[in-house]
Amino acid sequence: MAEPKITLAEVEHVARLARLDLSQAEKERMRSQLDAILTYIDKLRQLDTDNVEPTSHAIPMVNVMREDEVRPCLPTEAMLANAPERASDFFRVPRIIEE
Amino acid sequence: MPRMTGLTIPEVAARYRSGAATPTQVVEAYLRRIEALDPKLRAYVTVTRESALARAEAANRRLKAGTPAGPLDGIPLAIKDVICTKGVRTTCSSKILETFVPPYDASVITRLTAAGVVMLGKTNMDEFAMGSSTENSAFFPTRNPWDLTRVPGGSSGGSAAAVAADLAAGGLGSDTGGSIRQPAAFCGTVGLKPTYGRVSRYGLVAFASSLDQIGPFARDVRGAAMLLQAIAGHDPLDSTSTDVPVPDYEAALGQSVEGRRVGIPNEYFIEGMDPEVEQAVWVAIEVLKGLGARIEKVSLPHTDYALAAYYLIAPAEASSNLARYDGVKYGYRAPGNKDLIQMYGRTRAEGFGAEVKRRIMLGTYALSAGYYEAYYGKAQRVRTLVRRDFQQAFERVDLLACPTAPTVAFKLAEKEDPLQMYLCDIFTIPVNLAGLPGLSLPCGFTQGGLPIGLQLIGKPFDESTLLSAAYAYERATPWHRRVPELA
Amino acid sequence: MTATEYEVIIGLEVHAQLLTRSKMFCGCPTAFGGAPNSQTCPVCQGMPGVLPVINRRAIEFGIRTALALDCTINAGCRFARKHYYYPDMPKNFQISQYEEPLAVEGWLSVEVNGTARRVGIQRLHLEEDVGKLIHEGTLETARASLVDFNRSGVPLMEIVSKPDVRSAEEAAAYLRALRAILIYLGVCDGNMEEGSFRCDANISLRPKGSTEYGVKVEIKNMNSFKNVQRALEFEAQRQAKALAAGERIVQETRLWEADKDYTLSMRSKEYAHDYRYFPEPDLVPLRVEQRWVDRLRTTLPELPGERRQRFVARYGLPAYDADLLTQSRALADYYEAVVREYAKPKVVSNWVMSELLRELPGDDEAAIARCPVPPLNLARLLALIDNGTISGKIAKDVFEKMYRSGEDAEAIVKREGLRQLADVDVLGSVVDQVLGANAGAVADWRKGKKQSLGFLVGQVMKATQGKANPALVNQLLLERLSKGS
Repeated sequence: MAEPKITLAEVEHVARLARLDLSQAEKERMRSQLDAILTYIDKLRQLDTDNVEPTSHAIPMVNVMREDEVRPCLPTEAMLANAPERASDFFRVPRIIEE
Repeated sequence: MPRMTGLTIPEVAARYRSGAATPTQVVEAYLRRIEALDPKLRAYVTVTRESALARAEAANRRLKAGTPAGPLDGIPLAIKDVICTKGVRTTCSSKILETFVPPYDASVITRLTAAGVVMLGKTNMDEFAMGSSTENSAFFPTRNPWDLTRVPGGSSGGSAAAVAADLAAGGLGSDTGGSIRQPAAFCGTVGLKPTYGRVSRYGLVAFASSLDQIGPFARDVRGAAMLLQAIAGHDPLDSTSTDVPVPDYEAALGQSVEGRRVGIPNEYFIEGMDPEVEQAVWVAIEVLKGLGARIEKVSLPHTDYALAAYYLIAPAEASSNLARYDGVKYGYRAPGNKDLIQMYGRTRAEGFGAEVKRRIMLGTYALSAGYYEAYYGKAQRVRTLVRRDFQQAFERVDLLACPTAPTVAFKLAEKEDPLQMYLCDIFTIPVNLAGLPGLSLPCGFTQGGLPIGLQLIGKPFDESTLLSAAYAYERATPWHRRVPELA
Repeated sequence: MTATEYEVIIGLEVHAQLLTRSKMFCGCPTAFGGAPNSQTCPVCQGMPGVLPVINRRAIEFGIRTALALDCTINAGCRFARKHYYYPDMPKNFQISQYEEPLAVEGWLSVEVNGTARRVGIQRLHLEEDVGKLIHEGTLETARASLVDFNRSGVPLMEIVSKPDVRSAEEAAAYLRALRAILIYLGVCDGNMEEGSFRCDANISLRPKGSTEYGVKVEIKNMNSFKNVQRALEFEAQRQAKALAAGERIVQETRLWEADKDYTLSMRSKEYAHDYRYFPEPDLVPLRVEQRWVDRLRTTLPELPGERRQRFVARYGLPAYDADLLTQSRALADYYEAVVREYAKPKVVSNWVMSELLRELPGDDEAAIARCPVPPLNLARLLALIDNGTISGKIAKDVFEKMYRSGEDAEAIVKREGLRQLADVDVLGSVVDQVLGANAGAVADWRKGKKQSLGFLVGQVMKATQGKANPALVNQLLLERLSKGS
């Protein structure tokens, strides 16, 4: 059997980076699905791209800037209206612990 | 009473001008149709009845006073729920944004509002535009108006179905890998993905920033041209929007196909594609030939790699764009968290659906330490190759013609394997990678009565040529006049 | 066996808040101290659908700074997304620069104990600031935290030095010199307390003579030059002790606890830092054309280094004075304005360094702008000493009063009757009284103990409440003392 493209430990690491609490069943399923997709994607290796520049924008442009002008802000209330939890004019979040 | 629905955008506009109908009459008729038929189709996530009636009323007054806001004044449209609308819930068909009410309008909405357009509501989609069937909506799937057991395509399935079923005169969708063109093909409407940078993305909830574009759905080519006219152009709020002048698209419709060089890419006729689709597309090419087009075979040799590159680039950008949904500022927050880490992990696990999580995982992996060059970097280089293929082809031809999708609309729940679903977009994805304009229009029906889409692909910023070729084809064929029987 | 001697290797990372009017990627104002979440918009709050647009002035501030630091400005540069989750960061990625920064490879001349050394600049790039967190209690004990996004999106310039700094003192000198340049350029106000000039340091030790770098520790939370110096001194000693005890240094981030005088480990796990940088797809690359750079070069002011040299050459000031006076552009401007009116540069330098800086809350533009003693008034005060109206000692009191009241010197001297006693008859009788009352000192002087003259002058000054003209007192005393011998 071929070496898996992605291991369960890698799935767990990536899920942690992406801040997704996956159940054990989800992790297993995710691993096999990602494995299949990555196996498909492996076909890119057939192409020699050593002397090919990457394209990050299909329509190349440069130097798009705005002048340093102040524009009106939105009212505090409008900016907080969607907050899941607030305390006066702040957004409130649960206790911060470092990972 | 004169007909109020079942009309194309130019037909509705003509009735307004002649006084044969008013925006209020038309909008009321559409709202009644939505009420009657949408329970079957489920194209809309939110119907904005009150504001639609108020805007129709305002359009009445302008038209009556002889001071219309423009050719689209009073035209009722369906807007994909990925485009931010001030004061109107914008969900992206996701649990995580189910309650989100933007305090601002997307630039396209600002433009359409200024043009007098009446928004009927926000349409269903695959969650965050990730999917090809609209089954990935967190709320409900949308049905194909030609066969309610089938999908409308996706991700803009709600807008496509609404326009095809005449629950709106036209609509807006977004297209990252085929999300306008593929549902347009599945639903038998015209759908146009403009050149990257032609239409502002400001206010379009981002899926993959370097690929996303907003574009129109309409039941005829002229309607699509009119909508594009209203939304195209430079926007200082979008650094990737270009200030290439916007031509008069309606005027361009008059251009003849005579002598146009139409390229047929070999790689877009593949083993395993639906023979009825292949047949219809070849017949359509013959029609173009009959109209005076010069048909040439071309090759886009890296087509086979485009899908793989896309499934690295799009998820990588998506994993970044979707990082902001964390339960802090807006949207869903999982209840009862002991600390921040738990809140993040649970909010995102509960708030996102399976396909979105899969792509976030794939994209995070592709960008993570040690894999960047092998995956994301490689994909961006392959993207260059795909783009070059098109550049070389366009040295010889003016536009390309090919199928929009390898199949017609499939049954709900038919495609369970993610990779099988991704393969629906093999003919549309290369166009996004190259940033080109692409248009899908109906080119026939299967024996079973399902629409088939013809895709036209143009040079950057040459939507005019696409629209004129599509218009010539449309006038020569009956397909756009067929309507699904729903009632 | 002798203990290993270590060499301290320090690299400094400065985040300077740019003095633009609007934020880095949107039009919200950058003003400090607004009500919470009152200076935000969908863009800087990272709402769904928003897009950034680069502030041209921020780029130009970056280019001007790069020029002042003699950096190579990259012809092509672009922004990248740096990912990590924290509630003060609205998008959970920061738009920063990674592989293609605005500028690289510059240097800054740093002087410690009269010796100047070059500290290399590794890179200079632009990024957006995050919001502000307020913890309900301390970070460790808080049950919840509050987020204010006013600061989110404010433009920051990050300047990273090479690991060229060799002592805590040199680190502080580097930061002073860098801060002065930014203030001169008008790109940053240099305010460390409000956080518009922040510094992190990387510090490692290696045995003297070694060319390999040791394990480095990152120090954060140092909000003054003094704290930087103390934190790095502490950390150098901590590492030296650890190494001497045979321990290994752990690569980590430590916080400087200013009131406790030590650094404390933040204990964050390293795997969490996978920033997944990739080019920001919502922005297009910048092509910094030579013409643009040349035009900006013409806008550069005289920089602290050049001005320092000019102060030495033109005003004949000692290096120490020139250095101190040129720390801030506003202070140097003030100094030169006084000298224009009162042409004794060293006298002015003494007054500015001791009297003015004692009173001023700082040497920055705002402090100088609010200074109640304009340069002309100081010049006129000094002229009053020269023309004998008041003594130097009285002048210092007058200066203090000028600073409190904002009045000019003449008005204070006149109202308070501080004019110097220079009447030979009046002063002569005071001198006679002092001589009569201090026969011992007179006898000492006559025996050759010449320093008792100073005592006698002091007595006369005391008797006249300091108003006597010291030169005249000297003269009268000497006349009488030598006459009587």
